[in-house]
Amino acid sequence: MSVIDPPLPRTSAVPMSRRTRRMMWRGFLFAAPAMGLLLAIYIIPVLVLAGFSVTDYQLGALSWGFTGFDNFARAFSDPVFLRALGNTALYAALVIPLGVGLALGVALLVHGRKRSRALWEVAYFLPVTSTLVAMATVWQFLLHPSLGPVNAAFRALGLDPVAFLADPHLLIPTMALMGIWQVLGFNMVLFLAGLTAIPKDLLEAARLDGAKSPLDRFLTVTWPMLGPTTMFVLVTTSISAFKVFEQVAVLTKGRQGSETLLYAIYLEGFEYAETGYASALTLIFLALVLIVSIGQTFKLDRKVHY
Amino acid sequence: MPRLTRYLPHVILTLGACVMLLPFYWMVLTAIRAPAEIFNISLWPIPETFSAGRNFAKVGERVPMGRFMLNGVIVCGGILLVQVLTAVPAAYALAKLKFPGRNLMLALVIAALCVPMQALALPLFVGLAKAHLLNTYFALMAPFFLSVFAIFLFRQSFRSYPDEIIEAARLDGFSEMEICWGLVLRASLPALAAFAIFSVVAHWNDLYWPLIVVRDTALAPPPLGMLYFSDAESGADYGALMAGATLVTAPMVICFLLARRQFIAGITMTGVK
Amino acid sequence: MQPNVEMPPRTPDANSPALHLQGIGKSFGGSTVLKGIDLSVKQGEFLSLVGMSGCGKSTLLRIIAGLETPDCGSLSIEGRDVTDVDPSDRNLAMVFQSYALYPHMTVRQNIATPLRMRRLSQAARLPVLGRLLGARGPELREIDAAVCAAAEVLQITPLLERRPAQLSGGQRQRVALARALVRDPVAFLMDEPLSNLDAKLRAHMRDELAALHAKLGTTFIYVTHDQIEAMTMSDRIALMEGGTIAQLGTPAQLYETPANLTVARFIGTPQMNLLPVEVDAGGSVNLQGRATGMHTSRSRGPAVLGLRAEDLHPDPEGWGAQVARIEQHGADRFVTLDMPQAEGGRIIMRQYAGAQNAAPGDTMAWSFAHARAHLFDADGNRRALHQRDQVAA
Repeated sequence: MSVIDPPLPRTSAVPMSRRTRRMMWRGFLFAAPAMGLLLAIYIIPVLVLAGFSVTDYQLGALSWGFTGFDNFARAFSDPVFLRALGNTALYAALVIPLGVGLALGVALLVHGRKRSRALWEVAYFLPVTSTLVAMATVWQFLLHPSLGPVNAAFRALGLDPVAFLADPHLLIPTMALMGIWQVLGFNMVLFLAGLTAIPKDLLEAARLDGAKSPLDRFLTVTWPMLGPTTMFVLVTTSISAFKVFEQVAVLTKGRQGSETLLYAIYLEGFEYAETGYASALTLIFLALVLIVSIGQTFKLDRKVHY
Repeated sequence: MPRLTRYLPHVILTLGACVMLLPFYWMVLTAIRAPAEIFNISLWPIPETFSAGRNFAKVGERVPMGRFMLNGVIVCGGILLVQVLTAVPAAYALAKLKFPGRNLMLALVIAALCVPMQALALPLFVGLAKAHLLNTYFALMAPFFLSVFAIFLFRQSFRSYPDEIIEAARLDGFSEMEICWGLVLRASLPALAAFAIFSVVAHWNDLYWPLIVVRDTALAPPPLGMLYFSDAESGADYGALMAGATLVTAPMVICFLLARRQFIAGITMTGVK
Repeated sequence: MQPNVEMPPRTPDANSPALHLQGIGKSFGGSTVLKGIDLSVKQGEFLSLVGMSGCGKSTLLRIIAGLETPDCGSLSIEGRDVTDVDPSDRNLAMVFQSYALYPHMTVRQNIATPLRMRRLSQAARLPVLGRLLGARGPELREIDAAVCAAAEVLQITPLLERRPAQLSGGQRQRVALARALVRDPVAFLMDEPLSNLDAKLRAHMRDELAALHAKLGTTFIYVTHDQIEAMTMSDRIALMEGGTIAQLGTPAQLYETPANLTVARFIGTPQMNLLPVEVDAGGSVNLQGRATGMHTSRSRGPAVLGLRAEDLHPDPEGWGAQVARIEQHGADRFVTLDMPQAEGGRIIMRQYAGAQNAAPGDTMAWSFAHARAHLFDADGNRRALHQRDQVAA
């Protein structure tokens, strides 16, 4: 066919026929409710949030002024916020490696089981579906210094009881313990899906190629093939770690220097009505989440296509 | 030695499972024990005096647990209904119809997927406060009416529906609504079921938003009710507290045990995008 | 309108064409797919749209169906302009390449769907409510009768309660046809309906489609890339290339008098032998510097001589070539001769199996039946060709 086609004769001056326009309207109408909600729930709030963050607005206040980047400057000299940031980082540093590593280990063990697989899935997945508020209350009881069975077991073994919920240094690790407990089953199921997707041929080929021990096979085939899954698991675990909230709300309410990022935002924004300042904190939180999830989008694009 | 390696995985898995299930076991055990047995740290499953009735009755006395559950059902049901009603046509339009702004909308949906709800809580709260809508069911549900995740998921699922069947249906005289709901969605029922589970679990267990917009006990969904209850009870009556926790946790756990496969598919759907 | 498929064939009305297309153009993105198509389809005609993939035949069919909107031009069905009418209001039935059966419905429900959509109100079609809103008994009985009649015609009555997933390719094909014919449309549109069947079934379904067309007398518009399907079933063929119709005519016309090289290449198996020739100042057609004894009235220059395999024969006085290969086809055989200057570097001669034998490597001299030769000019268009004595006379 020639590169340049002769211009088409047009029977009408209107560029779009009525039917084409009708079809476009139809598509538009189908998308319209969701578009409206997207505007109301995501787009406008994000803009408003950005607007708040450069003001000293307080909910209910009659006057407010533009303060530029003062809120952000204040955040990075606010000991409470810095502590919350540090606590969240510590929490994430515990939950991410353990929540992902243990889940991978359990998934590898469960993957080999044929008959008992359903049983293990139930046992490890049950915490994912449970209400964390209620389960945090249960954990509080389990870890109780005198009434809880955990410390009772320590005593029976001749160890000193551990003040999980009294020692300020142990508060965040204790919350991380609950976080790991809840996220483990979720990650395990994702890893199981990843493991199932690895073609059996590949493992057999590795065996023929001389990968004798299971560890060799894991390192030459399983681990590289799980790359995309691991990436995804790492990102979702990180984001859920940044959002840690329930444990603080149930166990300490932020006392003893145990605020986390989201709890600090909650206090500033909703308890103290410091809307402007809390908006700035929220933007910092959002930036953290976006850095991780955008990184994942790019990484996945490159890695997922083996 | 071969025997050991054969049973080692089971041993490790069993020990791990014990840790995973210990909280559930302890919760139920305490919920059926008499308060006097609170110092009994044995894990023996049969209590000396069976006090489940007393403990659960105590929950009912202290807080309107039935009301919390009802609130949970209303809020989760309302959210799911609107999510499906808005996301299905939008996903159909994005997957199968041509209209101006389609690519822009798709880009916005994908961008919105990265934004956690907690980041939008402040402006939404201010907006609802200005509209005098705090302390209502509407305030509990409104931020979740649009699920960009549902749009994304359904779009992926709808895209695989054959175009020729849609065209045959147009020739046969189906309206576009009938094609969307009657043909295309019907072929994606597993995705719908999985999304429904995902949505209900997420909102049944959510604490953050209810804590912000509801100050009225009568509107509290189960997690918020549980928080009220545990704050009020702090340390006094563990039997009743655990009975409350059992009640709050039970619906999702029972659903999970009944529909394990769909449940795991629903919760892990985030992993297939 | 009665949906009864046992109805006698419509009486073709010569005055108003079933379909009339005028100046239909369409482009997707930057590429033009259709360049102003004019086409008139007669009542009761079996018209095939053939061509290579990408020639625009499927797009044209989809524009007729209303699934695509043309950029320009107009389309009328039985005299009514339908350019702006939705597909469902055109009263056309379409059979898709993938059959497009509704996967969740039984065969019976699939066939009934076009009628339910037309006969029952929107409310009465609702899943549960429709039953309560009632007053649809008589319609349902009529629909069921029509479904049974259509199933009878296509011999799928025993399959009525199955679902599409439980059917073989050929059975699905029949269900798709039944769904199309149940509502007595103005025309059937078929988009490569046989391409997903195996060779044997395809040949069988060709017969059945032709028989069905004869029985119903309805207009068929049939898209295919397979010239054999087009040749065996059609009343007329529109051969398309590059968004235009290269030739419109009966199968015999396309075979006997291809209007251009595109048609000559496309129609006929084996493909027509094409040899470069020179037309000298006197109008004589020369092959390899030798006069062929053929004349053309137009100006001198290079041209292409087209010769069908069956029009070649051994001739000691003819042009020499080496036998490359002999293919036995039972009743006849194809002898491939090396001719480096011919299109494809070879020519094929069709012989009766009983003809004098040759072996690969032998040299064979050949000639052709002058009355059946075709000549195309440098632009690929057909040119008149005469034998010398005719010119002389």
